[in-house]
Amino acid sequence: MNLEDIGVILATDCGSTTTKAILIVREGDAYRLQVRGEAPTTVEAPFEDVTIGVRNAIAEVEELSGRRLVDPDGRLIRPATETKGADVYVSTSSAGGGLQVAVVGLVRRMTAESAQRAALGAGAIVMDALALDDGRLAHQRIERLRQLRPDMILISGGVDGGEERRVVEMAELVAAAKPRARLGAKFKLPVIYAGNVAARPRIQEALGEATALTTVDNLRPTLEQENLGPARTEIQEEFLQHVMSQAPGYSELMAWVDADIMPTPAAVGEIIQRIARDEGINIVGVDIGGATTDVFSVFDGTFNRTVSANLGMSYSIANVVAASGLDNVLRWLEREIDASKLDNRIRNKMIRPTTVPQWLEGLKLEQAIAREALRLAFAQHKLLATGLKGIQQERDIAQAFDQTRAGEETLVDMMSLDLLVGSGGALSHAPRRVQAAMMLIDAFQPEGTTRLAVDSIFMMPQLGVLAQVHPEAARQVFLRDCLVRLGTCIAPVGQSRAGSPCISLTFADTGERLDVAAGELMRVGLTEDTVREVIIDPIRRYDIGAGRGRAIRTQIEGGAAGLIIDTRGRPLQLPEDPAQRRETAVAWAQAVDLYPDS
Amino acid sequence: MAQAYTPGLTVTDSITIRKERRLPLPGRVLVSVGQAVSAEDVVAATELPGNVHTVNVAHDLNVNGEEVPRLMLKAEGDPVEAQEPIAEYKALWGIFHAVSRSPAAGTIENISPVTGQVLVRGPALPVELTAYIDGTIVQILGDEGVMVECGGALLQGILGIGGEAHGELALIAESPDQRLTAEHIAKDCAGQVLVGGSLVSLEALEHAREAGAVGVIVGGIDAAVLDELIGERLGVAITGHEEVGLTLIITEGFGELPMAQRSFELLKAHAGQQASLNGATQIRAGVIRPEVIIPHPSSAEVPPEPIIAELKVGSSVRLIRDPYFGILGTITALPEDLQEIETESLVRVVHVRSDDGDELTIPRANIELIQQ
Repeated sequence: MNLEDIGVILATDCGSTTTKAILIVREGDAYRLQVRGEAPTTVEAPFEDVTIGVRNAIAEVEELSGRRLVDPDGRLIRPATETKGADVYVSTSSAGGGLQVAVVGLVRRMTAESAQRAALGAGAIVMDALALDDGRLAHQRIERLRQLRPDMILISGGVDGGEERRVVEMAELVAAAKPRARLGAKFKLPVIYAGNVAARPRIQEALGEATALTTVDNLRPTLEQENLGPARTEIQEEFLQHVMSQAPGYSELMAWVDADIMPTPAAVGEIIQRIARDEGINIVGVDIGGATTDVFSVFDGTFNRTVSANLGMSYSIANVVAASGLDNVLRWLEREIDASKLDNRIRNKMIRPTTVPQWLEGLKLEQAIAREALRLAFAQHKLLATGLKGIQQERDIAQAFDQTRAGEETLVDMMSLDLLVGSGGALSHAPRRVQAAMMLIDAFQPEGTTRLAVDSIFMMPQLGVLAQVHPEAARQVFLRDCLVRLGTCIAPVGQSRAGSPCISLTFADTGERLDVAAGELMRVGLTEDTVREVIIDPIRRYDIGAGRGRAIRTQIEGGAAGLIIDTRGRPLQLPEDPAQRRETAVAWAQAVDLYPDS
Repeated sequence: MAQAYTPGLTVTDSITIRKERRLPLPGRVLVSVGQAVSAEDVVAATELPGNVHTVNVAHDLNVNGEEVPRLMLKAEGDPVEAQEPIAEYKALWGIFHAVSRSPAAGTIENISPVTGQVLVRGPALPVELTAYIDGTIVQILGDEGVMVECGGALLQGILGIGGEAHGELALIAESPDQRLTAEHIAKDCAGQVLVGGSLVSLEALEHAREAGAVGVIVGGIDAAVLDELIGERLGVAITGHEEVGLTLIITEGFGELPMAQRSFELLKAHAGQQASLNGATQIRAGVIRPEVIIPHPSSAEVPPEPIIAELKVGSSVRLIRDPYFGILGTITALPEDLQEIETESLVRVVHVRSDDGDELTIPRANIELIQQ
């Protein structure tokens, strides 16, 4: 079907708990989201058929839109007519815990880390990364591989024509572990080899019998080059051919769709990369879920994704507190709370994860924990988004030898960040949009001027897979219906005493001038679709993007939260004294009208 | 659409329970269909591949990897003893002599001419699978396991610690709201499953363990006590592998929470009988709840409860979120329209009259239906 003939699009995302369906309809020349439906995912017992949940979610879309999409025999109606059917159907999936991969490399900070980036970029959860220098003994690595039961294993190691013996050694360990696939006990485990091409015959010898082995181009062909594309493509191919086809009901779902089913995070990565490319901007995206938090970034065209397993707002909420420490959660709160009561309260959310905060104190506590989950997930992201910059972007040999230092240098540069997008219940469903904006600002600490947005109903996955079939429709719906623009954050980098001068901001059109002292938060009403030119002039100690003390002239966008001027300093400093810190928290909340009692 | 998002936990005196007992690897099934088994009978067995030891023979003999195969004293598949020579290098009439020895007893699994490494696999590890419940074998699952069935009572908890256990139910608390302290634990409770009330202390758990109790069932526990018991901060509710000396089942949640009357009465009615329990919990998609199974012959076959229960005016519910956590009540209205709550969120609510007579408006996500 020609793209111009596509008028009605149905897309689903089969999550681990909920299957979400959206219906996109062309109105004139514009594609718009029409309705959204959802139903529980049915991969697990007693249903064990993902298509039941998909049909139920579609049924809700049918009910809400008045458009019949499935015929009495349970088949999708295609192509669309005036009143029924859809022209295109696409889907993503993270049901059954998503795509789980174990990676094996030689050196932890080199090939194993490259392999990890390849797997994460393909939308996988990396269960473990084994390497010669991971501090484990051979039998411990074997034991670990045996316990993990991944969906597949990615083996890398050695530059082309380089180290061969040790790569084979690692492959022999994998063979000795006799690993079994998580789904489909009778099937051989898919293993992808993306290491030294010279070792391929030996790898075949070691693993050809015991596993379903495929080989792709080396993901680290030379010391200075990373080539993640072929490994990522193969991971997704194996996901479809081996993993998905073993999951209950997926063979039927695969027959329904017009484009390959993508792992949910891979689809989100796809849409984020497209927007970064189309608009020529740097983006950070975050999806804070119940169990995990995913962070995506595109800086200077380089895409990175990390998933922080066990940082989430329901199933993993107690783990966020364990990882950050209770004091780090309490520092965001305006009132003192008894620590043991708080601990019980958080654990009760963990064991009854679907409950929602009913009183304001409960909401404030959850938003404090969300700040910590986001902060920790972003810190992990910065650690992995490092080192080589992917294919075609080379470092010289001297830099390559300086692996440790270069590898620790993150690609994430907050001053050059243009757009920060949040999604997931804690951000998308925050009762006031300014709450979402402040959670993003406190956790990510954007620098200079940064646009903020949230995904209204988390439809980035469906739009990501749709972009494979109809990029324009995906782009239009993303910009018009998916993104809720929160506004712009202006945050100068520097530190000085609270109350001392910091920046002045002048609106170019009216000449209106705002002087903001250090240590403050200020919110200026600036509605969505408003763009204003401003001159931001920091004092000598502060940098707003052009260097210390240098003014910039830039355009800022409005949104649901407006313009937020944050002179609290970078890195953000909170008062040490608990009583003073609580007082400050109250003052800042009042300054941006954060809560009904602010 | 009046659905309870949390359908509630099963608490029933009469249900047909089927338990799949599956080996981690195919092996031998030792029972036949129709055979009566008791909880501790072994129904299937297998052997897991032994641990692997790597021997860097090339390094030991100071030779290249490709020379290793011809210097081996043992072939692939040969058994070896600990410290037994497996490869030897001699040159110049024995002036240069080196030996490589096996670090452990086992079998030579692989000799690699590329890496010069030899893998020695240790003896297989036997695994025996018990029936877990007193019942009857109703199905053989090929060479991987069996299905055991029994009639009896089933009680699901909200969170457990520790794996499978089996013992005699002993009622310790006199009422569901009584705290379980160290003084309540008798010295002669070896092999018993102790049933407490509203809150268990760390001292009580330690006394129970020292006295040989195999399990404790209680309404609530403080988070700090649980962390102390397992030796780490419990971050996610995926449990069952802890080795704390007994199996703990929490029926209500964290804090002081009286055990639900119905659960307490059920356990009281079966005091003195044998129970099987498992603390394994997984609060994720594909949820697994900790369980207590009390097989008894009078049970009738009862169909499984619906997965999503319907809320109705008059339904008994428990409130499962602060500030009302643990309060019991009855639904008085189910308004359809979204309603703004204190947080300014728009949610669907229920009106509940608490057992103390208070009229409360509660988000539907924050109630749990109590199965009647």
